Order: sequence, then structure tokens, then C-alpha cells
Amino acid sequence: MSESKPESGPVINPRVTCEGCSVLLDINDGDRLVFARLSAGSTLKIGNKTYSLQPLIGCPFGSLFQVESGKEKPYLSRFVPPTEENNVQDEGGSQLQEESRDNRAIIDNNQAQTLTGEDIDAMRRQGATGNEIVEALIANSATFDKKTQFSQEKYRLKKQKKYAPRVLLRRPFCRSICEAYFKKYPARIGFLRVDALSLLLSMANVTANSDALVVDMVGGLVTGAVAERLGGTGSVCSTYLGGTPYPIEIIRMFNFSDEICKRILRCSFNDLCSVQIETGEQVSQHEDDCTMESQSNEKTSLSIGTEDVHLSSNNGDTDLVPENKLSSSSKTCKAPKAGEKAPKEAIQSWKENGFSSLIIAAPEQDAWGLVKDFLPLLTYSAPFAIYHQYLQPLATCMHNLQLEKMAIGLQISEPWLREYQVLPSRTHPCMQMSGTGGYILSEFQVAQLGDPPPPWVNLSRNKNSDRISNRNFWLIFQWLNPRPCSLSMVSGKYANWDCAFCIG
Amino acid sequence: MLLMDSSKKISFNRCIRDGDLVIIYERHDTMKAVKVCENSVLQNRFGIFKHSDWIGKPFGSKVFSNKGGFVYILAPTPELWTLVLSHRTQILYIADISFVVMYLEVVPGCLVLESGTGSGSLTTSLARAVAPTGHVYTFDFHEQRAASAREDFERTGISNLVTVGVRDIQSEGFPDEFSGLADSVFLDLPQPWLAIPSARNMLKQDGTLCSFSPCIEQVQRSCETLRSDFTDIRTFEILLRMYELREWKIDHSKFEDGSSIAYPPCKRRQPSSEVSVGENTSSPAVVARPSAETRGHTGYLTFARRKCDS
Repeated sequence: MSESKPESGPVINPRVTCEGCSVLLDINDGDRLVFARLSAGSTLKIGNKTYSLQPLIGCPFGSLFQVESGKEKPYLSRFVPPTEENNVQDEGGSQLQEESRDNRAIIDNNQAQTLTGEDIDAMRRQGATGNEIVEALIANSATFDKKTQFSQEKYRLKKQKKYAPRVLLRRPFCRSICEAYFKKYPARIGFLRVDALSLLLSMANVTANSDALVVDMVGGLVTGAVAERLGGTGSVCSTYLGGTPYPIEIIRMFNFSDEICKRILRCSFNDLCSVQIETGEQVSQHEDDCTMESQSNEKTSLSIGTEDVHLSSNNGDTDLVPENKLSSSSKTCKAPKAGEKAPKEAIQSWKENGFSSLIIAAPEQDAWGLVKDFLPLLTYSAPFAIYHQYLQPLATCMHNLQLEKMAIGLQISEPWLREYQVLPSRTHPCMQMSGTGGYILSEFQVAQLGDPPPPWVNLSRNKNSDRISNRNFWLIFQWLNPRPCSLSMVSGKYANWDCAFCIG
Repeated sequence: MLLMDSSKKISFNRCIRDGDLVIIYERHDTMKAVKVCENSVLQNRFGIFKHSDWIGKPFGSKVFSNKGGFVYILAPTPELWTLVLSHRTQILYIADISFVVMYLEVVPGCLVLESGTGSGSLTTSLARAVAPTGHVYTFDFHEQRAASAREDFERTGISNLVTVGVRDIQSEGFPDEFSGLADSVFLDLPQPWLAIPSARNMLKQDGTLCSFSPCIEQVQRSCETLRSDFTDIRTFEILLRMYELREWKIDHSKFEDGSSIAYPPCKRRQPSSEVSVGENTSSPAVVARPSAETRGHTGYLTFARRKCDS
């Protein structure tokens, strides 16, 4: 053990922020999630105040910030919560049996709090910190002492969120990006939940040096997730039907290095399928289409300097509007370009070697229509995984794949994910959970066709039906007759055939 | 198993070779890992298969025995390996494994610590995620089990990504040489709370930890320990529901009151002989329902992040 020194590989995703990097801001413990690109001029709005994101530059991911009331205006300041904080909860656990308080004395008459809004504003003008205001609110609450310890904690937390909001600096990973979109804009990512996404990546065996083919109609989330797993090796080809690539703007949220970005390529299905090597003319024509598209794409996505994904309902619809337009300073430090048109050599290599995995996340498309076209592009024994938000298209697709015997080990699965609240003596599943994360059709590997089985097997298979015709049955019977002991073996084989293609 | 060496990469030009590890697929629940050896044979209920017949065929091929029975030969993946490996302990399955890898944010180049190694089911997927430049250091206090795991990793060709150590992590903690270097730590121990302080010291700031425990009492205690130095503590349970398909024939010949009758789903999963082309009265539809029997619990996954204190 000692002789094997731990090596640190190349920095894939830095642990410290820098100017121009993409960050995910978690405001008040997940109440609101905001994507931002850090620059001297970028800002974040909490409540009715705007805060500069400048203090976040150069900080390690995972740092916590709290609003401080500055001399001129409030600002975000690095905050290290005291470790004693949790002692309250520990005591809560040990003292639980002695807890005699309950809510019998609590009357909802709106008179418990004696501090008025004007009083709080006055405190603020005098430079009171958010924590001081929270303490003052507790001191002036007539009912605070009557509350149980748990509801005291709840009260404190509620006031802290309002008067001393905290911002957690998160590293954008496919996990956090998927969760943020799933919470706020599930439709944009086709209701693809993080556990379903993780299954897609596993089932499609995505790893370093893979050449992955993706049909990404979920905004680039799957393309980005695959690129993250490739870590600057192999390639991910985001393919599309027709002349216009699907938008993959979510890729911009990942902090991908140039090395990773250049592994993300786009290529139309027609280009992947054309048997002959394209003439230069055709390529350039496609290139024009593509650059135009990527430019227009950039226009739309670049205007979103801070993509806001907040969750607090009291903000209403305002959160649908990006909070700040891209300032001129941050335009110079935009994320490196990903999703270039695949060069001829890459297409040639894919054609020669085949793709090593296929992921389809096209929640509006017919799964079977796509998969039957894309399977021939996969290399020997490549696995695929198809996501759909509905079950039926996958059921039909699986049935057709079974009939055509195109895949081995087919199965439809649906992930189920439940989160728990774990607190001393108060552990239970969370009251709210996501009801569906969609469905996945996967297979172990693509079956190889064109391998000649013994002649009698061919005889027994009818092209349109898997039934053994009378004539074929007779032929088989003839063949079996001299060796009756083989009969059980053959029926076993048929049973096997059914299972192999049907249950998967 | 992994595409470490581009010459071993499976492509249209790469066929089964002598010495390859392959998965023999009889049916979805009958699979076996075999090392291809030119002079060797595979014998099962379908007959005798000569390895020499396989060499030169593409992966995914159907191969036939002396009696005409057949199996498929598949290329190994971590998912298939999980289904064929020898169970020395209770293992993690695909849903938990996938979620752990994603939630721990394991990407190429990461340094990951794991204890216990067990049967190496998760280790194989962790190795796939850290490849080509990262490394997984996995520890088990059981010497023989660690040795078997090492052999397995040798067989699956991931031994350059995984180092197996014999160590009781609950009592001794992780080795100091990894202090502050780990991107992620995974614990599958009976008393994870004993290993959490050491795990904390191994982790980089903002590094991720996961503890897998079948019982809620273990989770409860782990979470209490985690609260001092960790943040973002979240506990999940993940399950997979599998679906089975049937062909359902709806008879459109109407009753007098206008309703139609639906036949019960046909048991066979292949189109049955009763469907003849001329019959317009019935049209088959594909229906799906969850499998009747399913796994109800594997374990609770508790995730946490080391606090940033500087």
C-alpha cells in the first residue's frame, strides 16, 4: 500500500472559483438555486437588494456567505458557522423525553410579536446585523418560550433566512445542475431526475475513452453529463435529425476545461449515416448551417448571465426572467465553446469503429423510430439506454426490439427515490417527494446479426412471425426424429429464446 | 473491461481474442464470466461449446454448442460484472451504485477511498468513473476477501485503477498518507460513525462522503456524528421498479351494448399463433406492468460534504 503513492490527476473541475467561472448559488439551504458566472460586475438579487458577487471570486467551492450590513450597502461576507451550533440539536435529542411543552398555549392572533416593521428598519439603519435582528425578534416574541424546542429551531431558521440570508457556493456538477433544473424547470430537461440520469450513464457504460452517441433533447444535460464522465478523453457526439442541432445550452453551466469542451461534438444523423465520405462542398454547406445555429444559440444563451432557478413561491413569476443581463465585463470571459461541428476525421473514425454507447433522451420523440436508426451505428456489444418520461413509447420500442432480435437483455426500469429527514427522534421520509423520474429502456448489449446459425434454426424462423410454421415444424420433427433425446433440449432452447428476447 | 488501452477498445474491427474475459449469456438471470482460452470448452445444459469457435467472432455473437444449443458472448461491463461476480458478501446493485457515483461527484482523476471492499461490486464502477487518471483505494479487514477482490480486479483488468488494502477502518481509520487528498469516501460498514472522523481527515474541503447502511438506526447515529464537520447531510433510499411486457389483444367485435371485450394478456411474450393475418377483429397492443416481485429495500444512502473551514 505504502509504495503506491496517490497521484492527483489533471484538474478536471477546479475546487476554487475564479473570474469567469460558472457557479451554482444555493440561497437559504436550497430555497433558491441560481446559476451565475462570476465577474467583477456580476450581481445577485436577494429579496429587494442587489449584492455584488465579487467577494465570491477566489473562494473554495463549498464556502458559505452571509449578508452583512455594510457602511454604504449590504454585502456578502464569508461565514463559517460555529460547530457548537449542532449541540442544540443534540440536547434536543437527549431531552426529548422531558419535553412537556406543546402548542396548547399558542393562539394565532398575530399579537405574539411586539417588534414592528418600523422597529426593524430602524435597527437596520443603526447597523444591526441580521443575526442581531433575529435575536431581537426572538426576545420580543411572547410565545417563543412556550414553543417546543423543535419549533423554536424552526422559528429561528425562518427568521434567519429572512434577515440574514445565506448563500452557499456550489460547484456545478451534473448532479447539482440536474437537481437545480429538476426543481425549477423540470420541463426543460424532460423531467429527467438525477437518479434516472445516473442510471443512463451507468447502463450505457460511459467511461473514459468512450465514443458516446447521444440524442439530447433535454437542453444539453445528457451531453454535459457524458462529457463530465469522459474527462477530456474519447468523444461525445450529440446527434440530431434534420438540419438544426438541438440546443445544448446547459453545457455552459458546467465548468468544463477546453480539453473537455473539444470532446463535445455535434453531427447530424444524415452525416453519420452517409455511406460515402462527404465531398467538401457538402461539408462546408453543413458547416454554414451549424455556425449560424451556434451563433444564434449563443445569442440566446449568452444573454442569460445569471440563470435563476429559484424555488421560493413568493417570488412569483419574476424568477422566469434572468436577473441580470450579461455585463460587458463578463462577455470577455465566457465559457469555452463546446459542441463544434464534428470534423470529417471524427465522423470517419466513428464510422470505422462504431460508437461504444448510445443514450437517447428525447422525451417528445418516438423511441422506436430513433433507436432502429441509431443501433447500426453502435459497435459490437455496445449498450444503450433510452430515457422517456412516458412508459408506453418504451414498451412499444422494447417489443419491437424483441421481435427484431436486435438486443440482448432488454429491460424497462423506473427509478424510485425517497429522501429522509434524519433528526434525533424525528426521522421519517420527507413529506414531499418526486412522483416520477421517468422510465429507462436499457439492454446489456446489441446483438450481432448475420451470424449463420445451423440451417434448421433458420428454417424454423419465419420473417414476419416467430411462430414455427407447420412446414417448419415438420422439418424440425424430421430432424429430431432419429434423436428423440434432443427434444427437451430444443424446447429448452425455445424457452430460452423467448426469455432472452422478451424479459431481457 | 475498461477502455484503458485503445488497442483493446471494442470496435467494429475488434473481435473476441484468446485471453479475453467474456460474459456468457444464457438468459437474463443465467450469466457467467469466462476467460477465453483456445483449448478450453464451456459445458452447460445446452451442450459443449469450444472456445476456439468464439475467437474471431464479434462481441454480442450467438455461438452454438455441439448439440445446436446457443449462448451469447458479451463484452464485460461493470453492470454485467455485478450480475456475475461471486458473492462473498451482500453487494450493491445498479441503482445504488449509479446514484452513489453521481452523488459523490466522482469524475475522471478523482481519488476515492472505500471500505469495506466486500465483493467489489461498487469498486468496479468507481474504477470506471475515476479512469484513466484517478485511483480507488479500497480496504477490507478480511484478508482472504481482500485477496479474492484483488484477483477479481486483475481478471477484469482494472487492477491499475484499484488498490486493495487489508485494514480495519472502523478501529484504525484510513491510512494517514491519504490525509486531505481524497475527493470522495464511501463507507459500507456496520458502525460507520466510528470511521467518520477519519474519513473527514482524508477528505479535501468540500469533498463528498457516502455511507451505505441497511438499518435506520445506523443512519441515525451516522448523521449525529456527521453534523459536527459535515454539511449538506442528506439521506436517500433508491429502488428500481422493473416492468414486464405482455401482448394484449383487444377484440373489437362489439357486444350489443357497444362495449368491447378484452382478452386477458396472453402469457407468451412472442406473438402467438392464434393471430392470423386475415383476422381483423383483434389487434394486439403492448401493455406493461411492474414485475410482481421486487426488491423492497437495499439500504439507506447518506451523503454529506466536508465543511469548508479555511
